[in-house]
Amino acid sequence: MNFWLVMFASGLVTYAIRLSFILMVGHRQIPSLLMRALRFVPPAVLTAIILPEIVMPGGNILQPLQNARLFSGLLAVVVAWCTRSVLWTILVGMVTLWIIQILIT
Amino acid sequence: MRLSRFSEFLSGVKAEFPLLIGVVPFGMIYGVLALGAGIPPLQAQMMSAVVFAGSSQFVLTQLVQTGVPDLVMILTVAVVNLRHMLYSASVSPYLRPLHTGWKWLLGYLLTDEAYAVSIIHYQGSDKNDGTAEDHGSVTQTDHRHWFFLGSGLTLWTSWQLSTAVGIFLGAVVPESWSLDFTLALTFIALVVPNLKDRASVAAALSAGLVSLVVFAFPYKLGLVTAALSGIVLGLLVEGRR
Repeated sequence: MNFWLVMFASGLVTYAIRLSFILMVGHRQIPSLLMRALRFVPPAVLTAIILPEIVMPGGNILQPLQNARLFSGLLAVVVAWCTRSVLWTILVGMVTLWIIQILIT
Repeated sequence: MRLSRFSEFLSGVKAEFPLLIGVVPFGMIYGVLALGAGIPPLQAQMMSAVVFAGSSQFVLTQLVQTGVPDLVMILTVAVVNLRHMLYSASVSPYLRPLHTGWKWLLGYLLTDEAYAVSIIHYQGSDKNDGTAEDHGSVTQTDHRHWFFLGSGLTLWTSWQLSTAVGIFLGAVVPESWSLDFTLALTFIALVVPNLKDRASVAAALSAGLVSLVVFAFPYKLGLVTAALSGIVLGLLVEGRR
């Protein structure tokens, strides 16, 4: 891997996305299909990152009952829904994970 | 109400502060994880300035370890950060009267957190002053971009400092603490409260399920495939109303 290439290309792509509509000249209308599709980017992308992380941590498929991350993750979903707080979700999820890890080992 | 440049800037700084409670731990954890993934301290810190987008930096620290082709990493960052296009479209009417230099500067500072407070400030003061469309005529006295700058710079500074603290702590935190799990937890906290309608639930569920099925896809293209399938299904479900 060429780390410098990846870093600067990633930075450039991100900057280009942020500048996209800001630099656009004139009062051009934003295509409505694009606007509708963009709404689904955060739930789709973030869930696609989360689920493999908690169902098969490190690429290993675990028995659901032996998977501390699965249980902590599900509990975190409930906390996130009820509190809408990033801080509480992280706190409850991490403490649950630590407790289960201590109990398992 | 038209405020001076300095008081706009200061209100932007103040408005950003509550959001730092979430940002600072996030930046520290990024620093810890980056070192854990084998990224040298200097490069890890530079990444926070060059990419300056937390969630994609987290994902990069994971991909760095898996030996994925460079192009796939860059493509993944693009998909993860695509949501910023939404923010760009949303603030663009307010930035239209500004000089190009301002646009380049504020574009760089357009993060989730700076956007969140700035758009509220823009829309809130619109109620008193008319709409975005006609504020081009009062550009002489409109200093609201200084608010944006204040919030953006506050976030930028905290992100760099918290990254540095994380890098410093990186050598100290043992792996058994499972700090990498905070990534999944942060994303759960960002996604779940926004699943308010059937279409976004469908987008999230299908992207999640596909991500499990295609996990073993060559070159780790699974994330991109799963995200695209979620977006398409979201559009289909929404279109059926």
